[in-house]
Amino acid sequence: MKLLLVGEYREGRLLDTSAELFGFAAAIGGDASIFLVGSAEDVPAFSGALYLVDAGLYGEYNPEVHKQLLLKAVEEVNPDLIVFIHSSYGWDLAPRVAASLKVAQVSEVIGFADNAYEVGCCNAKMHRNVTPSTSKAVITIQAGAFPALQSEGTPLVKVLSTDVASTTEFLGYEPAEAKDVNLAKAEIVVSAGRGIGKKENIEVIRSLAKAFGGELGASRPVVDAGWIDHGHQVGSTGQTVAPKLYVACGISGSIQHLAGMKKSGFILAINKDKDAPIGEVADVLVVADVLQFVPALTAKLS
Amino acid sequence: MKILVCIKQVPDMESHFRPNGSATWFDESDLAFRMNEYDEYAVEEAVKLKEQLGGEPEITVLSIGPDRVIEAIKKALAIGCDRAVHINESAVASKEPWQIASIIAAYARSIQFDLVFTGMQSQDRGSAQVGVLVAELLGIPSTTTLVGFAYADGVVTATRELEGGVKGKVRLKTPALVTCQLGLNSPRYPTLPNIMKARKKEITTFQAGDLSSEPPLTGSSSFRHPEKKGSGVVLEGSVDELVEKVIVILKDKTAVLR
Repeated sequence: MKLLLVGEYREGRLLDTSAELFGFAAAIGGDASIFLVGSAEDVPAFSGALYLVDAGLYGEYNPEVHKQLLLKAVEEVNPDLIVFIHSSYGWDLAPRVAASLKVAQVSEVIGFADNAYEVGCCNAKMHRNVTPSTSKAVITIQAGAFPALQSEGTPLVKVLSTDVASTTEFLGYEPAEAKDVNLAKAEIVVSAGRGIGKKENIEVIRSLAKAFGGELGASRPVVDAGWIDHGHQVGSTGQTVAPKLYVACGISGSIQHLAGMKKSGFILAINKDKDAPIGEVADVLVVADVLQFVPALTAKLS
Repeated sequence: MKILVCIKQVPDMESHFRPNGSATWFDESDLAFRMNEYDEYAVEEAVKLKEQLGGEPEITVLSIGPDRVIEAIKKALAIGCDRAVHINESAVASKEPWQIASIIAAYARSIQFDLVFTGMQSQDRGSAQVGVLVAELLGIPSTTTLVGFAYADGVVTATRELEGGVKGKVRLKTPALVTCQLGLNSPRYPTLPNIMKARKKEITTFQAGDLSSEPPLTGSSSFRHPEKKGSGVVLEGSVDELVEKVIVILKDKTAVLR
């Protein structure tokens, strides 16, 4: 199988996720080439062909132009599979390429068998297999699903260029907001999820955090709803934590949340849904109403 | 100005899911459906833009599916969309992103919308493809994962959510399509007077097969509960029993309780 891996580059440097593309390529087997909009100064160690586009000329985010350049690499490599990371870069660019080639796209792949790709669905509560029916296919792989692999060698660099006009103008980056709550250093983090029902119930979870002597965290929906500020958010767009004890209160466990807390020493989850994906990483899943169980636990600890 | 908002109706994610007979997708019986959460932000952003422009834009809300999706359409109308398109497709669950996008594009091409809003993905399928595919099929610029949106004089300034809390700012000219991330705005609830007003708004019905008959590019199988990987314990019972058990376990397994 011939693979074309799509590397990522941001704010002047190659992103570590390229190692996951190599991990996927090694797992599925086949000849891999890479496409990268980046810089000749920062290319991955690799012993195949690298189709390089100068980000200085074409921009780090410029989807119409990146698509045309990637299609040039596709023409040269004639890959069976074009592999992106399922990220803000990958899920933005992949469908454009799939549409141009009119080939199947499978999103957020976590495994494969034969010609089928395993993906999550229904907020990661369920899985299914998706089989492309076109001879070429585009996939995006879930960040963290395939082990990172440091590749070796010096790539054979082929520089690509185009005169296609841009349809979007990239204005720049906004840095992440300063974190006023340092969850990363806490030994105990007690987090509130959507299951708490309303803003006032944050206090129920805060009381448990206090009783444990820990910090208060939250899942994304709680932050989006404005129940607590972003500084408390745990997950891939918030903070990554690994406390000795993590208590997830009414958190279903999206991939993005799990990515931010699954390395915790001990995970206690409270959820009324026995099938909630948080159960996959929890050491103990208490099937109960958060608003009944948490105050009772707090009272016992105090 | 003509605005299109594409919405999907999805099951409540707290439901217990069971595979259908061929295990291609879930069995719909006993499931309660609601508007895809990402799409609520798309509807809100469109209505906010209409308000910003003094009510001038006309907002069309579109949904594909059987008659049950009219409930989601009515909610969007009650929030402030002006008219609706229901694309009837009883087998919507077997339609994959390419087919859905082809149906939407076939309709949208005839109207020439200035702006199209979609959610960045659905909660059930989660492919994050349909919005971008529609833009590609229409040949208009698009950008994804919006946590900020501004519009003035035919120019959209979008703030995209990237990884690690970083954001990227992008400018694009209309006609354009944007996909909305959670947290873009604060979706309002429909008020009773607006729900009543929405009843008089027009819902036009099309048959999906009349718009597009693109074959699927993928097949789906083995819809299932994931294999349990963890060695976790599941505790059930009365709250008092559960608290006692949890305290014993925490004392035994962690160093944080003495």
